[in-house]
Amino acid sequence: MATAIQPPEISKPEPPADRQHSGGAGFGNFVPSGGPLRALEDSSHEATRTGIWVGLAAITMSFAAFTSALLVRQTTGTDWHHLTVPPIVFANTIVLLASSVTLEIARRRVAAYARNQGVDRLVPLRWLAATLALGILFVAGQYAAWTKLRAEGLYLASNPNSSFFYVLTAVHALHVLGGLGGLLRVFAKLRSPILTLRRSTMDATSYYWHFMGILWLYVLFVMWIKL
Amino acid sequence: MSDASVSAVQHHAPPSSFIRKHVFSLDHKVIGKQYYALALLAVVMGMVLSWLMRIHLVWPNAPIPGLQLLSKTGAPGGVMTPEYYLSLLTMHGTLMVFFVLTNAPFAAFGNYFLPIQIGAEDMAFPRFNMMSFWMTFVAFCILVAAFFVPDGPPISGWTAYATLSAVGSDAGPGEGMGQTLWALAIFVFCIASLLGSLNFIATTLDLRTKGMTLARMPICTWAWFITSCIALLAFAVLLPACLLLTLDRVAGTSFFIPGGLVISDHLQPHSGGSPLLWQHLFWFFGHPEVYIAILPAMGIVSHILINSMRRPLLSHKVIIYCMMGIGFLSYMVWGHHMFVSGMNPFSSLVFSFPTLVITIPATIMTLIWLGSLYGSKLRITAASLFALGFLSMFVSGGVSGFFLAQPSIDIYLHATYFVVGHFHMVMGVAAIFGIFAGTYFWFPKMTGHMMNESLGKLHFWLTFIGTYCIFMPFHYLGLAGNVRRYSAFVDDFLVPLIPVHRFITFAALFTGAAQLIFLYNLIHSRFRGAPAPPNPWECTSLEWTMPSPPPFDNFGGKHVVVYHDPYQYGVKSATGDYLMQDSPEQA
Repeated sequence: MATAIQPPEISKPEPPADRQHSGGAGFGNFVPSGGPLRALEDSSHEATRTGIWVGLAAITMSFAAFTSALLVRQTTGTDWHHLTVPPIVFANTIVLLASSVTLEIARRRVAAYARNQGVDRLVPLRWLAATLALGILFVAGQYAAWTKLRAEGLYLASNPNSSFFYVLTAVHALHVLGGLGGLLRVFAKLRSPILTLRRSTMDATSYYWHFMGILWLYVLFVMWIKL
Repeated sequence: MSDASVSAVQHHAPPSSFIRKHVFSLDHKVIGKQYYALALLAVVMGMVLSWLMRIHLVWPNAPIPGLQLLSKTGAPGGVMTPEYYLSLLTMHGTLMVFFVLTNAPFAAFGNYFLPIQIGAEDMAFPRFNMMSFWMTFVAFCILVAAFFVPDGPPISGWTAYATLSAVGSDAGPGEGMGQTLWALAIFVFCIASLLGSLNFIATTLDLRTKGMTLARMPICTWAWFITSCIALLAFAVLLPACLLLTLDRVAGTSFFIPGGLVISDHLQPHSGGSPLLWQHLFWFFGHPEVYIAILPAMGIVSHILINSMRRPLLSHKVIIYCMMGIGFLSYMVWGHHMFVSGMNPFSSLVFSFPTLVITIPATIMTLIWLGSLYGSKLRITAASLFALGFLSMFVSGGVSGFFLAQPSIDIYLHATYFVVGHFHMVMGVAAIFGIFAGTYFWFPKMTGHMMNESLGKLHFWLTFIGTYCIFMPFHYLGLAGNVRRYSAFVDDFLVPLIPVHRFITFAALFTGAAQLIFLYNLIHSRFRGAPAPPNPWECTSLEWTMPSPPPFDNFGGKHVVVYHDPYQYGVKSATGDYLMQDSPEQA
């Protein structure tokens, strides 16, 4: 079948540097102007962003599966007892949400630093360190919640409510630990003498971290109304 | 410091050491071949297990030499116990579904050819890609380790229904350590598959070269892309299910185990769990898994048929929309595996309807294939024969699906050989034919050597006839009331069926032996086959623009530009009757 030749799809004209997928933070690239890494080609930044969204979709699906298991399990036995969620998890919630705020500030400070807007590298580093500290504090707080439940004699296998509490919080905490690993990596890259941090890495890590906050709100909501 | 670990990297230097080149390689082509090799190993094991079961069914008291070495308690003197029969059945199913039907058409061929067909130099995340394969390998080792633990492999089937799979060693041999290893293996396999799917999706969406719009992707690329979307959401559900199952087994929770359950005179220390919950979670994964196996085969077969017919399909777009439709509907039909589970009968009706609807896109696809074949001058090669064989198996196996989709008929047929025949043909053999077609078609590109076509055609005819001889009688057995998973014919009404079983066993041994031709062809051609030209099949997609085998960086650092739709056949051009996708020539 002979068809008329079609001109190749020409890629869209590149938007100005400061408009390129800034994620709202309003920066172009992290590579400082004038530096030798200016030419570093961020050829694959889209894939990193797509990858993180796809990963978040999978995590969402897993938690949907946990939720449906919880809903089914609630109706099948006579052993469903009310579980009072340890109050410390509400404090943890504030800590996790605060870490999202510090991370967003760090992201914007990195942008300002990368664009030579008179921001010292220490500024974003400190905000990142604060995010890391808050993240660790959150996990420690979750551990305290588990300790509290254990002190009340509620273990993983005590009843379905405690089972779901431990499973949901532990799986979420594992994901948070993964996010802390990502943040550490960003931190190390920002600290290294030659700046190798890509905008896409910073963006993807922060999307993941913010999602952990949203996911926690969801988990907390489910536990609060169902357990 | 390179940013290769998580962020996407298109450029990486060729490795120099043996380990980085052939073992822990980041190259999608090496990883694709590794997946293929693992699938080959798994399929040989799975096939041998099926032989053992078939031999035992027909000659229940005949010792099988060497079997006692595998398990002294499971096969004393080489004669397997009924429980060990179930162990082999479980391992056969698990190996075949996860490590063959998921690995070969999707992970192996997809890894090798998806990046090339879209003009990329590698996957979006090469390290994740390497991790996916090696985690799959670890999962395989964990699963196979179940053969070597004291009480042997699990007996709960590849579906691992609770409560049998959840209560531990009280439930029988293999339900102790063996079942825990099974759950762990599938848990690891899920993570590997999630990483792989993530990679496929990001690669397809973001690494397409200039001019390679979504509409210009070959059908097999589309199939791998849609499959990766299905796999992402399906394995994300099996993963938590395996976690909860493991907790029930090792931590004493009661997600799937009801209260007051007495097994082997022991009151189980659980309460309130729901065995049905496992079935819901498992089949929410399990039914899409069927399409994870079959969609890549559909894509591969379409690609090969178009090439052999030298003309496009009647509709390129409709095939892709149908695959999307199947992928979408695959999430709404899981309950049709549970018509007899005690689920609310009204739910059966709800699941029956989309099950029947899903046959519509499947039928449209079949009609498009057949309509396109009608009147075409098909080039008969081993690859195109296996593609035709796929159509035959898909239709023959699919037709019985209409029966099983009706709850009232399914109540009779559910746990019989009818179902075994149905899914072996439509999911197992059809996908295997897709794998064979892909192997004969792409082997020259993957190795730089041609396969022997005559042996390939002989292999096709023996396999085609053999598989029909094996699986068609299964339907008859099922209609006659022969229950599946029985290791002996204890009921009077089953005794007249023994000759049918004997015929099936001979057919299975014969068909299995015919695969030795394929193995010989594969290994011999790999080392002694005639050198393959860059484009032996006069195909239009990008993998055929490069030497066979492709260089490390696929396109030699050049950014290839795509000018055409994927299937420009039957045109007049300088090359003949086809136009390569990257040819700036006008037809």
